[in-house]
Amino acid sequence: MSAPVIWLGIPAVAAVILWAIRSERWTAILGGSLAMFLSLLAISIPIDQAILIGNLSIRIAPVFEIFGRRFILSSSDQLILFLIYGIVSFWFFSSSVARISHRLVPLGFIITSLLLGSLAVEPFLYAALLIELAVLIAIPLLVPMDQKPGKGLIRFLIFQTLAMPFILLSGFLLSGVEASPADVNLVIQAGVLLGLGFAFLLAVFPFYTWIPMVCEEAHPYAAGFVLMIFPTIGILFGLSFLDRYTFLRESRQLYEVLRFIGIITLTTAGIWAMFQNHAGRLMGYASIVATGLSILAMTLPNAGTAVGLVFLLIIPRALGLGVWSLALTILQNNVPSLDFRTIKGQARSLPFVSAAILGASFSLAGVVPLVGFPIQYSLWQGLGQVSIPLGIWFGIGMLGLLVGGLRAAVVLVTAPANTFRHSSESWGERILLGLGVVALFLFGLVPQWSRLILDKLPAVFERLGK
Amino acid sequence: MPEQILWFAVLIVLMTSITFLLVRDWRISLAILAFQFLGMFLLVNSLWPLGMSTAKLITGWMTAAILGMTQSSFVIFPQQEGSWPEGRTFRLFIAALVIIAVISLAPSVLTWLPGISLPVTYGGLILIGMGMLHLGITIQPLRVTISLLTVLCGFEILYASIENSILVAALLSVINLGLALVGAYLLIASQSARVQKESE
Repeated sequence: MSAPVIWLGIPAVAAVILWAIRSERWTAILGGSLAMFLSLLAISIPIDQAILIGNLSIRIAPVFEIFGRRFILSSSDQLILFLIYGIVSFWFFSSSVARISHRLVPLGFIITSLLLGSLAVEPFLYAALLIELAVLIAIPLLVPMDQKPGKGLIRFLIFQTLAMPFILLSGFLLSGVEASPADVNLVIQAGVLLGLGFAFLLAVFPFYTWIPMVCEEAHPYAAGFVLMIFPTIGILFGLSFLDRYTFLRESRQLYEVLRFIGIITLTTAGIWAMFQNHAGRLMGYASIVATGLSILAMTLPNAGTAVGLVFLLIIPRALGLGVWSLALTILQNNVPSLDFRTIKGQARSLPFVSAAILGASFSLAGVVPLVGFPIQYSLWQGLGQVSIPLGIWFGIGMLGLLVGGLRAAVVLVTAPANTFRHSSESWGERILLGLGVVALFLFGLVPQWSRLILDKLPAVFERLGK
Repeated sequence: MPEQILWFAVLIVLMTSITFLLVRDWRISLAILAFQFLGMFLLVNSLWPLGMSTAKLITGWMTAAILGMTQSSFVIFPQQEGSWPEGRTFRLFIAALVIIAVISLAPSVLTWLPGISLPVTYGGLILIGMGMLHLGITIQPLRVTISLLTVLCGFEILYASIENSILVAALLSVINLGLALVGAYLLIASQSARVQKESE
């Protein structure tokens, strides 16, 4: 058996089986358990080494060939598999509370499998095609059959589809650049096409308009899942480009452009977050800020630190968006819309939901002692050493998001006098949200968990991680 | 392949893309899409073997059939778009601007992509340009899907000159079909929502 069959094939087959299960609860439990199993398997079993089980010797091959192309999952990819399936398992387990597991688990498995496949495929240009397939699969996840597709969803489809041609063409030009690196025109053309492709894929400024719109139109939990997995894999895909091409890795201009894109994405999204009057849109802007942070982390002068921070940023993003979107889903089940006028004073009847929204928004804004703080602080320090104005703009963006979170807090706790206090959340909702908030604090208070990731990091990217 | 046929194919894609910009009827739009894939077939056939370019043509016709069958199953047809800009003269004007841009860009593309001829470059760029233009002025699921297919069609024409792998062609065909299925899904979703709203 090969690693791609285990981590890419089995989830895809499981998706079809899970689709047939009608129970929301069982779909969530089985899907979450399988994702958890795949995550634990990724750190416990070595790839391409013989393992003795009694008298039986097993070796998991890293390569799977299909039509002359190869999917390669080697031991260096095990950290990514562990992280992604670990995160996905928690999303799947909570999906029954969000009452979306029947849609999220099967489609989520296919999307995860395709996106991880995009990191594993050789030649790597096929990645753009697999990402596009994942985008198409995400459409039924975001809009159910009985809901009119909104403008945000249409923009999501358009922007993500446009990324594919640019990345495919840039890949062709990059192979030309590898052959003749002195050809400046070719380098510029490849750079422009690659930049446009990633700008669409990662939804950076000014192509992020669909994110808040989708958060307003779609089921919050589905939107949260899409906003967690697509940019995360997109960033890793971007890092693999940097790792592969020496001239990209050694280009000072590229890092300057990335720094500019990262800071403008972060600052504009942070400022816009201040003025939002919709809890879903606020989450969308927080996710854009998180993408800006990851791009900025990539540009730090020390490549090892940069890659380390990019990986560490995956955790607060996933945890923050997971807790936030679950809380918004429960909130949406209790109020007609997520507009600030409608959710006013809901902290009295939905205290766990309110605490989760505030915890997640503050964590993504880097407030001490939540999970986002230690990593964002390190990033801020690193950027400040590169350029003081950059650090100031970073601070403005994060302050904007924080003000957005504070406004949400004020709206949630402002209720008319003598309002009766009672918690209308179910026990399941309380436990999941409570665990989420505890995790936000715990990861922030005990940042030593990051060692688990950082120790394995040098193996992930051959050249960048070192 | 004689160059006259390639110029004829360019004329087909030019006429279809401009007509799609001007008409509102979904039947005509889908017929135009089918013709557009015929033009694409003629252009790609100058770069690829007949079998592979025929597969492209059949995929294209299948996408048109998927969208057509979905649309024809509706009892109530979607409302016409009332958004700006509506005027045909204006649309023709911006189409002319796109064509001018294509004419000025084509020589540079010829230098980027080896082994590509001028008509093939024009055909690909016209479809990309007109598709992009249409994406900018519509949000109707059917028209967005056709526009995205148009952009991809143009890209595939250009990409055929640098990549002749069967697997890439197959994956691009899967993406085209997937896009048509997503378009059909969005059409059904908006129709269901509309029927639900009217019955309330």
